[in-house]
Amino acid sequence: MTQSRLELRLMLLILSAVFAFLYIPISVLFALSFNEGGLPTAWTGFSTKWYGELLRNDDILGAARNTLVVALVSTAVATVLGTLLAIGVEIRRRKGRVLETVIFAPMIIPDIVLAIALLSMFSLIGVRMGLQTIIVSHVVFNLAFVCAVVRARLRNFDWSIVEASADLGASALTTLRRVIVPALLPAIIAGALLAFTLSVDEFIIAFFTAGAGRSSITLPMQIFAMIRFGVTPEINALATIVMSVSFIALALAQRVNRGALPGQ
Amino acid sequence: MAPALVWLTALMVVPCALLLALAFFRRGIYGGIEYTLTLENLALVFDPLYAGIFLKSATIAGTATLIAVVLGYAAAYAIASMPRRHQPMLLFLAVLPFWSNYLVRTYAWIVLLNREGLVTLLARSLGYEGEMPRLLYTESAVVIGLVYNYLPFVILACYAPLSRMNPELTEASRDLGASAWTTFRRVTLPQSVPGIVAGAVFVFVLSIGNFVTPALLGGGQFQMIGNLIYAQFLTANDWPFGAALSMVLIAIMMLLLFAQTYAGDRASGANGARR
Repeated sequence: MTQSRLELRLMLLILSAVFAFLYIPISVLFALSFNEGGLPTAWTGFSTKWYGELLRNDDILGAARNTLVVALVSTAVATVLGTLLAIGVEIRRRKGRVLETVIFAPMIIPDIVLAIALLSMFSLIGVRMGLQTIIVSHVVFNLAFVCAVVRARLRNFDWSIVEASADLGASALTTLRRVIVPALLPAIIAGALLAFTLSVDEFIIAFFTAGAGRSSITLPMQIFAMIRFGVTPEINALATIVMSVSFIALALAQRVNRGALPGQ
Repeated sequence: MAPALVWLTALMVVPCALLLALAFFRRGIYGGIEYTLTLENLALVFDPLYAGIFLKSATIAGTATLIAVVLGYAAAYAIASMPRRHQPMLLFLAVLPFWSNYLVRTYAWIVLLNREGLVTLLARSLGYEGEMPRLLYTESAVVIGLVYNYLPFVILACYAPLSRMNPELTEASRDLGASAWTTFRRVTLPQSVPGIVAGAVFVFVLSIGNFVTPALLGGGQFQMIGNLIYAQFLTANDWPFGAALSMVLIAIMMLLLFAQTYAGDRASGANGARR
């Protein structure tokens, strides 16, 4: 775009203002989590003691363990299913509207609606709710995201190498394992990383499908409960850790699969 | 692809169909479900009490959408006017917060807005002596929280059409004597419509059904539809009414998505005709 100096200055001003709005709140959390006194009122020195407090808190450690189990299992299942779904849909070429809607729906249904729909079904058919119900529920939106990332990659996929593989006598399974999956690997890894962050951060669906009792509380549920009691230095530390996990996973996803995250 | 579709059917299509069916049954005396068909639940949604909550949710979501679109469009426009090689990084930085935990991002505003929070401290240190108005647990706090959480998506949505725009069009407009403002209004803005609409629909849909932000930043001072649905399932134990409420939510969402597709078709049709 052509522009005058004045316009350029205005644009820089807008950018700085928006980035300040986006980053100041989370930076404040980050800084406060290292504040010895723990209060926002005064900086009393750098300390990691609030992180130490977290490690001594059994509720938080238990919730972290649950979150890790849910995220790892649901990501593993969703990565396999989502990748196969993406390949299947793209091979067919014939794309039905209903099929597209079903695949796209988990990304746009309001969380609360999917959450209560799952809760209704689980309680109606009498499934015991716990970590297992959170896991199968998380697979729903996770597989949609993996599928979206892999499909984006498949759009510039050279299908002739699949034909070549078949012509050379490879079975369909061998072709999938030795040709298609290696070519898609960056997208599959990126999709898995995104699914992992989504699952680690997901609150509403987990909240409704966790069932009663403390045994299946996840980290976001624990954070929600803590926030309702007010601002504490432990939450600042916990929030900083959770935020860092997401940022690292996203940066990695961006690195392995350059510029092919959903929406970009 | 079969296993994935079975999974989606069993854990998304079936539960949602079940929820739809639930909306037409009657609530049992002890909070259970009585299997007699009724339209009472849907009628109850339009009862002035609940219609008021819908209206309030729509007002809050609408305000948040308006602010997010103005800020997001300005940011997207600014990113698109930076040198090309810096744009991917700027866009990545704009979207990054969106991928962090929603609760954490909302909590950050509690830290800023509470009575001993940083905004108050800042005002005091600038010499403000008077009584601070309450910041947290207000409608404005909820609107700020929603804008903050969904702004990155609006930036992303608005950036897409702006980055695809042919720079020669704006140059031609300027060469033909149009002012910068006229060029923006008559050339750039019309081409950005699909992105603006997509961003707006997204923010509105996610805001109107939101339950976390009103619960944390509204502090239970008032209800939005999301909180009402939550209450039907976890405290009031009126699942059929909760189901009816969420069906209305889905209906609003689908209506907006159709409108978006329609607006998108029209915009591309109009552009095609002009070329």
